[in-house]
Amino acid sequence: MDYTLLFLQVLNGVQLGLLLFLVASGLTLVFGILDFVNLAHGSLYMIGAFVCASLTFLFGNFLLAVLVALPITGVVGFVIERVVARNLYDKDHLDHVLATFGLILVIDTLTQIIWGVEGIAVPLPAWLDGQVQLFEGAVIPSFRLLIIGSGLSVAAGLFWLVNYTRLGMLIRAGASNRTMVSALGIDIQTLFALVFALGAMLAGLAGMLISPITEASIGMGNQIIITTFVVIIVGGIGSMKGAFIAAIIIGLIDTLGRSFLADIFGLVMSADAASTAAPAVSGMMIFILMAVVLALKPQGLFPPKVR
Amino acid sequence: MGRLSAIGWVTLVFMLALAILPPIFMWTGQPFYVDLTTRLVVLAIAAVGLNILLGFGGLVSFGHAAFIGIGAYAVGIPAYHATWGGMDFIASYNGFFQLALALAASALFALVTGAIALRTKGVYFLMITMAFGQMAYYFFLSLDIYGGDDGLTIDVRSELPLISLDNPLTLYLVAYVSLVVAMFIKHTLVNSRFGMVLQGAKGNNERMVTLGFNTYKYQLVAYVISGSIAGYAGFLLGNFTTFISPDMLDWTRSGELMFMVILGGASTVLGPVLGSSIFILIEEVLKGVMGWFDGLLEPLIGRELGLEVYWHLPFGLMLIFVVLFVRGGLMGLLKRRGK
Amino acid sequence: MVALLKIDALCKSFGGVTATDDVSLTVEAGEIHAIIGPNGAGKTTLVAQLCGALKPDSGTVTFKGANITNRAAHARARLGITRSFQITSLVMSMSVLDNVALAVQAQDGHSFRFLKPARKIKHLRDEAMESLRMVGLRRRANDLTSELSHGEHRQMEIAIALASRAQLMLLDEPMAGLGPEESGNLVTFLKTLKGERTILLIEHDMDAVFALADRISVLVYGRIIATGTPDEIRSNDDVRHAYLGEE
Repeated sequence: MDYTLLFLQVLNGVQLGLLLFLVASGLTLVFGILDFVNLAHGSLYMIGAFVCASLTFLFGNFLLAVLVALPITGVVGFVIERVVARNLYDKDHLDHVLATFGLILVIDTLTQIIWGVEGIAVPLPAWLDGQVQLFEGAVIPSFRLLIIGSGLSVAAGLFWLVNYTRLGMLIRAGASNRTMVSALGIDIQTLFALVFALGAMLAGLAGMLISPITEASIGMGNQIIITTFVVIIVGGIGSMKGAFIAAIIIGLIDTLGRSFLADIFGLVMSADAASTAAPAVSGMMIFILMAVVLALKPQGLFPPKVR
Repeated sequence: MGRLSAIGWVTLVFMLALAILPPIFMWTGQPFYVDLTTRLVVLAIAAVGLNILLGFGGLVSFGHAAFIGIGAYAVGIPAYHATWGGMDFIASYNGFFQLALALAASALFALVTGAIALRTKGVYFLMITMAFGQMAYYFFLSLDIYGGDDGLTIDVRSELPLISLDNPLTLYLVAYVSLVVAMFIKHTLVNSRFGMVLQGAKGNNERMVTLGFNTYKYQLVAYVISGSIAGYAGFLLGNFTTFISPDMLDWTRSGELMFMVILGGASTVLGPVLGSSIFILIEEVLKGVMGWFDGLLEPLIGRELGLEVYWHLPFGLMLIFVVLFVRGGLMGLLKRRGK
Repeated sequence: MVALLKIDALCKSFGGVTATDDVSLTVEAGEIHAIIGPNGAGKTTLVAQLCGALKPDSGTVTFKGANITNRAAHARARLGITRSFQITSLVMSMSVLDNVALAVQAQDGHSFRFLKPARKIKHLRDEAMESLRMVGLRRRANDLTSELSHGEHRQMEIAIALASRAQLMLLDEPMAGLGPEESGNLVTFLKTLKGERTILLIEHDMDAVFALADRISVLVYGRIIATGTPDEIRSNDDVRHAYLGEE
């Protein structure tokens, strides 16, 4: 077994997991606190990628583009909350699903009109485009290290925000008792809008970070949203801790499955059969994981205590 | 048969129109409209299947496109091997074999995924069916031999005794008769003792369990029936388009199907047919409107923008608008139409 | 008389709160056995464990000699235990008759019957109608359940319990929210069932309980402090002290 390759793939898995967590954390915040099902959460991920792509070409600097694109995505989220989501909170979940499905169609088409059908590749500055040698034989693109680093710091920041700040306290209180928070004289409407904008920025950041690797493309949001659903179903809807752990597990399983499953299958079947079966099975592995978790724990690994 | 109600008359007239119009389109040389009605009728069959779950079981499945896709691949894969060799045990042009395969595969997929998804309720159920649907999508996407992302062309349609599906009108009539049968099956099913249990569980699951019904089993059977009907629609769709790709299984397709069912109203026999008709109509009208805009803008801009492809924009806005401003949202519309 | 239902050392707690504390009691065939107790005494929790909605932490429930402690709710219903809900629980989107007919259907073996229209099956309809007649709701049979008044919903709960032909009816506060006249009618009606059905009655209305019950158990803080005939309970010092609040 090639341990260096294994190590690198584990790093890749962690990187994917952290990106998934960025998207999932916003979705689970919005669902847990606002009780709102947002199918269009993936669209915010896509918007982040496209805005960042354009700004990178405008400024000629990827990092500056990210810094400017973040508040823009936040504003987009804020506007969506004001115009669409806010009017849906007291409606059926099915209504949320249909309206945000409509929102996806609108955002996808608008993106297509503004940026065209082709994806946009985002160039990296030279100092990020290189590679870093971690130890003998283990060379990794420096940008991937940046993703891992920023993913971990955002995750840490989010835990601090939710667990140790006044805003976080209000968020947690709002989740369990809306009336009480309102009675305390807190403007719950603004609180909800802020939560939504925060979720949008987190998803947008994930889109920005992935865009230099995969390029910004139409439909990227519709792919990630399903994986994100799997993450929060496995983690337990509404649980931040669950989202983090599930995201890392799923990132690892997906990445390792894609790189090693053919070899593993090769041990028990012919190379030919293994090369056919492996991609089919590796694409389904996270769903199989979801099925197993649900069969054992229908509420997910960390069911939220409230509700 | 007693006297027909108003809804009964509307149903009868609508279905008669669907029977008569396509032959007229054909003979007056407008095959485009025959294609359009065929697509409508095939989608309506899938919508009837979904309606059993959504309208009568209260189970919002967001993964029904998977069954359509499975049904379509059950035509494409055997036909592919019959043409190009390999996998002898499955290679066949035989329509009955392909149909049996489509029904068996979609029923099995429904049984396995339903058994897990039905352990949960509400949003969980919705997300899980969606995820399983996407699992099927990735499965077909990864099968490079059948074209993967690019899809697969079906060179030879399903072979059936006496009739040829290569004739558009014959294909239409097969689809039409299938639709009528599907509507009849659904009507019988939801009014049977089984259907009463399903509807009771939708209204008040706890009460039904207290009465002694293991509602999980009833819902699972409904899920399998519903999935098989959608799989049958997929069998027809594969023969209609003669091209299959993972795109047929994409979750946005499931969303469209759900929209049709809700739009048409849940509790009537005609509902899903009405819903898919309205959907196809909206699609065509919106494409027309966007094309008209294009024509309007052309002298100003000096070139065509090809706006027709952007019909999703007004369609999406319409969806949001309906949910926001129709009182009680679409569910309200559903309930009011039901009564 | 034989014990139809036997509860033995049943315990259930939520977090630190003990809702059911070592409860043992027997309900004999044909009797009306009432459970009374102040709010929060754990009456509804007890019912939930008897019908299978909640699992006890320890103890056993025996019905007709069979241990049913771990049976699922639907399986218990099949054995002949039915319950009415304290808070009305009906299928609001169906007609009154459909609701009751489902109770008959539930006792008819499995319902994986797909062909014959359920509303055309005579014995289902007839038996449901009979139950509705008994509780005086015959006129409203074809109305939508959601259109009925609260009092009528309570009557429906009883009709459903009757139609399910259950040997043991768990009635959880059937008088809740009824006016004096409606309660009086219900008491008169339940009296007519005496000897035919076994009823475990949870009720706040003391007049109704003392008028109906053959035996009464008093539940306080999850414990049974006394069981006996209405006269015995009336004169029991513990009960007076702990429950009726008399010095």
